[in-house]
Amino acid sequence: MAEDLIRVVNLKMHFPLQKGLLANLFTQEKRYVRAVDGVSFSIRKGEVLGLVGESGSGKTTTGRLILRLLAPTAGEVLYKDRSIYSYSKKDMEKLREKMQVIFQDPYASLSPRMSIGKAISHPLRIHGLADKRGAQVKTLSIMEKVGLSPASFLYRKYPHQLSGGQRQRVVIARALVTSPDFVVADEPIAMADVSVRAMILELMIELKHEFDLTYLFITHDLATCKYICDHVAIMYLGKLVEIGPLNEVFKHPVHPYTATLLDAVPVPDPKYRRTHPMPKGEIPSPINPPAGCSFHPRCPIAEPRCQTIEPALVEVGQEHRVACLVKVRAGAV
Amino acid sequence: MNTHTMLEIQDLKVQFPINIGTVRAVDGVSMNLTRGEVMGLVGESGCGKSTLGFSILRLLRPPGMIVEGKILFHDRDIVKMSKRELLSLRGVKIAMIFQDPLTSLNPLFSIGDHFVETLSTHEKGISRKTALERAERMLESLGIAPERLNEYPHQMSGGMRQRIMIGLGLIMNPDLLIADEPTTALDVIVEAQFLDLLNDLRKKFDLTIILITHNLGNVAQLADRITVMYGGTIAEVGPAQSIFDAPLHPYTQGLLASIPTIKLDQPKLHTMPGSPPDLVNPPFGCVFHPRCPSVMDICTQQRPLTFLKNSHLVSCWLYR
Repeated sequence: MAEDLIRVVNLKMHFPLQKGLLANLFTQEKRYVRAVDGVSFSIRKGEVLGLVGESGSGKTTTGRLILRLLAPTAGEVLYKDRSIYSYSKKDMEKLREKMQVIFQDPYASLSPRMSIGKAISHPLRIHGLADKRGAQVKTLSIMEKVGLSPASFLYRKYPHQLSGGQRQRVVIARALVTSPDFVVADEPIAMADVSVRAMILELMIELKHEFDLTYLFITHDLATCKYICDHVAIMYLGKLVEIGPLNEVFKHPVHPYTATLLDAVPVPDPKYRRTHPMPKGEIPSPINPPAGCSFHPRCPIAEPRCQTIEPALVEVGQEHRVACLVKVRAGAV
Repeated sequence: MNTHTMLEIQDLKVQFPINIGTVRAVDGVSMNLTRGEVMGLVGESGCGKSTLGFSILRLLRPPGMIVEGKILFHDRDIVKMSKRELLSLRGVKIAMIFQDPLTSLNPLFSIGDHFVETLSTHEKGISRKTALERAERMLESLGIAPERLNEYPHQMSGGMRQRIMIGLGLIMNPDLLIADEPTTALDVIVEAQFLDLLNDLRKKFDLTIILITHNLGNVAQLADRITVMYGGTIAEVGPAQSIFDAPLHPYTQGLLASIPTIKLDQPKLHTMPGSPPDLVNPPFGCVFHPRCPSVMDICTQQRPLTFLKNSHLVSCWLYR
């Protein structure tokens, strides 16, 4: 079995809440948004972990912490067994060659004044990995690899001259040009049209094999995970509720929230009827998350103890862990 | 016109003249809508589905304009209506809800104010008290506590706001509801809740709905018929079940195969080569031919006619 490339240990990110001047003068108590509240997982080399959750679940913040784009309140992120927060500024810059990111909106990720070729070769120049000529050769080759072809023609184009699918390919090429081994992809296909989505996913899978990549694939859509992920982690209000091999979690979801998410995926068949009613309400505010299990107010099988006792992740199968008092203790697994 | 037909669109063309040419956003679309049915209008961004929706209410932003065709609503042509006539149509006979409820609600108005404004615009002399009472009853059918009429949009969640939007749309008891991507801004679970609600309301208010969406999975549970648009034209229209079970147009087939599902027995996602057409210079002949796996010579030369097959109307030379 491959070694862990990334290990996340009890990661927490509490953003302090801005208060008005008067409130600051008269109260001592500080309030926080608990965006990420004690998350632990690891990603093996060559593996794709899907981090799934609704908006406000903390999945993007987790991705940013892993790239050290944010400093955590507590916890560690280990890259090849060394804490990335222990790196000096200079060493961190060097490490960024190896840890790259793809964001959701390719239009916002590209400068409208920079040609495609320049945008893709920019990281090579910043990191001093190639001279002008070398950077151009490398850029043209990676452009062909991601399907931006003919590369020499597109090299001089600007983002507005490309289609949405092509722009996302540019962002992918730019992320891969420094030969990283870990990529955080934050909703890389959420903005793309249905027919383009499939192409981007296929491309990401192809590139993963070609360049021996490891991905953290952040998404709100469980269904797309199936095509690319080996493992999935389900996040709710800053905490993991279930994590395990994709097939296991899809076939035997244990946490009621996972089951609900799977059930909510629209099925393209008019005859299909959902088996369970959708839970009432929406994801609560992470400022005052519910006590005990944070899913209890919406949970169909909640018991009184769920309001007070916070469930820990418990092993229920091979590498399959679930945080649910009712399901785990009842032996319903 | 059939007595049950509520809306009939005949050969509609909508264009946006811009500096580099003319965008043919809707290029010869005909469709009809029967009272009480839910029509799913499906396609990718830029296919003209929203433009079609906006045209029905004559809400096109300049430079967009209807250059040809008719939109008959209860036998009256909306294209020829005066401003005054349009005012008595919009929000009264035909209501529309949009993708992003936050930009559709006024942050300085309470939810109650929104209802009072809508009601007093269309029913002169209605008292605030009566208006609020009607708003309360509406909120009840939406599953929202009446006390929330005093709250402001920012105090509500995304799903709640979209419910308010639909409530404002339905308060005048319209015949037709146009919902333009109503669930795109919502999370999956909230989306499922909202579609369930729409299904309830449809029965309760005897609604006719045009549900515009890019997500075929969304319309499956709700639509009676589905219209698939591509590049400003209609590729295929048919009964919902049959569109999903036996799509005829190669584009519909590709679109259906591209939907991610959670069934584990479908390990690979279908990919469609190429990207949607440039509507300033659309491909000659069939707009889909550059991406079509079954392209023939005639497809590059002549625009396809519409053929009737297995109760689908399909614009594709394969069914000549």
